[in-house]
Amino acid sequence: MNARGASGDTAIRLTEISKVYGRGPGAVHAVDKLSLTVGRGEFVCLVGASGCGKSTLLSIVAGLDMPTAGQVDTGGRRVAIMFQEPALFPWLTARRNVELALRAMKVRTDERRRRAIRLLETVHLSDFADKRPHELSGGMRQRVALARALAQDADVLLMDEPFGALDAMTRDLLHDELERICSGRSLTVLFVTHNVREAARLSDRVVLLSSRPGRVIEEYDVPRTGPRRIDSASVADLASTVTDRLREEMRRDG
Amino acid sequence: MASTQTSGAHTSGAAGTAGQSAAIAGLDSVELGAVSTARRRGRLARMAWKATWPKLLAIGLALGAWQLFYLSNFHGDTATGLVKAPGAGLASLREELQHAQLWQAIGNTAQTAVTGYLLALVIGSVIGAIVSRIPPLRAATGSIISGLQTMPSIAWFPFAIILFGTSVSAILFVMVLGAAPSIANGLITGVDYTPSLLLRAGRTMGLRGVALYRYLILPASLPAYLAGLKQGWAFAWRSLMAGELLVIIVGHVSLGILLNNAQDNQDLTGAISIMIVILVIGIIVDAVFTKADLAVRRRRGLLTDGQPV
Repeated sequence: MNARGASGDTAIRLTEISKVYGRGPGAVHAVDKLSLTVGRGEFVCLVGASGCGKSTLLSIVAGLDMPTAGQVDTGGRRVAIMFQEPALFPWLTARRNVELALRAMKVRTDERRRRAIRLLETVHLSDFADKRPHELSGGMRQRVALARALAQDADVLLMDEPFGALDAMTRDLLHDELERICSGRSLTVLFVTHNVREAARLSDRVVLLSSRPGRVIEEYDVPRTGPRRIDSASVADLASTVTDRLREEMRRDG
Repeated sequence: MASTQTSGAHTSGAAGTAGQSAAIAGLDSVELGAVSTARRRGRLARMAWKATWPKLLAIGLALGAWQLFYLSNFHGDTATGLVKAPGAGLASLREELQHAQLWQAIGNTAQTAVTGYLLALVIGSVIGAIVSRIPPLRAATGSIISGLQTMPSIAWFPFAIILFGTSVSAILFVMVLGAAPSIANGLITGVDYTPSLLLRAGRTMGLRGVALYRYLILPASLPAYLAGLKQGWAFAWRSLMAGELLVIIVGHVSLGILLNNAQDNQDLTGAISIMIVILVIGIIVDAVFTKADLAVRRRRGLLTDGQPV
């Protein structure tokens, strides 16, 4: 559907992905023949009501889950994923959490520490490098998780409602952070959220999914016209357009 | 429109980053709050007191019970001096503690305890690690391991004595059988309950095979493993005491032998003295395990300030 440039410019290509849980009459079609292409360096938000298979789709792209049918092509790119929960290891300090990701990539010991500190600086947490996760606030934990995801040197970052559990003020700041970090690294991001405003604030393209089974029902390109804020008019406009369409879809579902 | 706005955005973006990092630092300090050192010191003193008073109270209660038993004249021969008052009993224990024999008994018992427990630790950990890794083995042996735990260790002694004779080996054998299943079970439980979210995170990071075990599953299992180690110790210690009472080895003095001697000599005060020694050793070792458990839980933030220490 989205023939965006040549295949070299495509970071993720999903072709007719289906995911069915269970068998027989009780089977649940979480995702049904969903096709989606994400260009290199593009920031795409998947929006939909609960049960539209957003998280399932991310798990499939991450390789944590297998699709029942269809093909996933990430062109051999490294894929990192961030969850709604920080999923940090509670027995390790912030720095060691980041270092473990580096260790998994077989980075040399002396190099690990240096790179972990630099990544924590990127998320403004170098002062908290030796704190354990339970000593940090929710927003700080999620920033450590972001640093850990960046440590994996991924070309593709999958984010599953990463800021869903945070308060509005922290979330706003993290939006700015994420935008800065992504543009500096030309990361391809596939971001799942049920917060339409968040999607309008962050993405280059908003993809609206239907509920159960999940299918693409609409896509909205967001022109890059400089910095956006969650309360700017263009964001609000797009958000209300998407919300109207989403409501229409939910009414149809009953 | 796009070109002029983009360049304008660029400069304001640089200034925005500095402002943003200040805003984040501000938010961070508000969220965390600071605890003053003075308050921390006060908390330490309170914690030390909280840890000590229950033990003092326990000792007081035990001495009170002894005194009541003495006053009740249960045996009818308080006058004969068979049962002494707590004060006199403690005095005789103090006297015993000056003799080499009691210390030698404590030393021998402690040595058997350490040897048996270490054996159980190694065997239990290896079995736990293997069984938790191989699902079919887990299905087959899971119930055997739980079953072994419910078997009273004293029931193993006839078997052990036939197999090893009246020797320390027989006692060690029963200790291992008593403690290893608990240790193995602790490890298996820990592996089973490793949060799936952490496993997913580990797998996307690229942790596989041995590395996944070494850096994720084993550390995640530590609290359950420690609980298994503590339970294993309790079983090992009971098996050891039962063993020393049952397996009388000629020329080998131990706490169990001293208890046996007290029984043979109708020395009630002597028996109580040895029991106090056994109790004290049990309490000390238990305190060590509790401390380790608390340290692990505190490091992981599984402990709130209000919880008992």
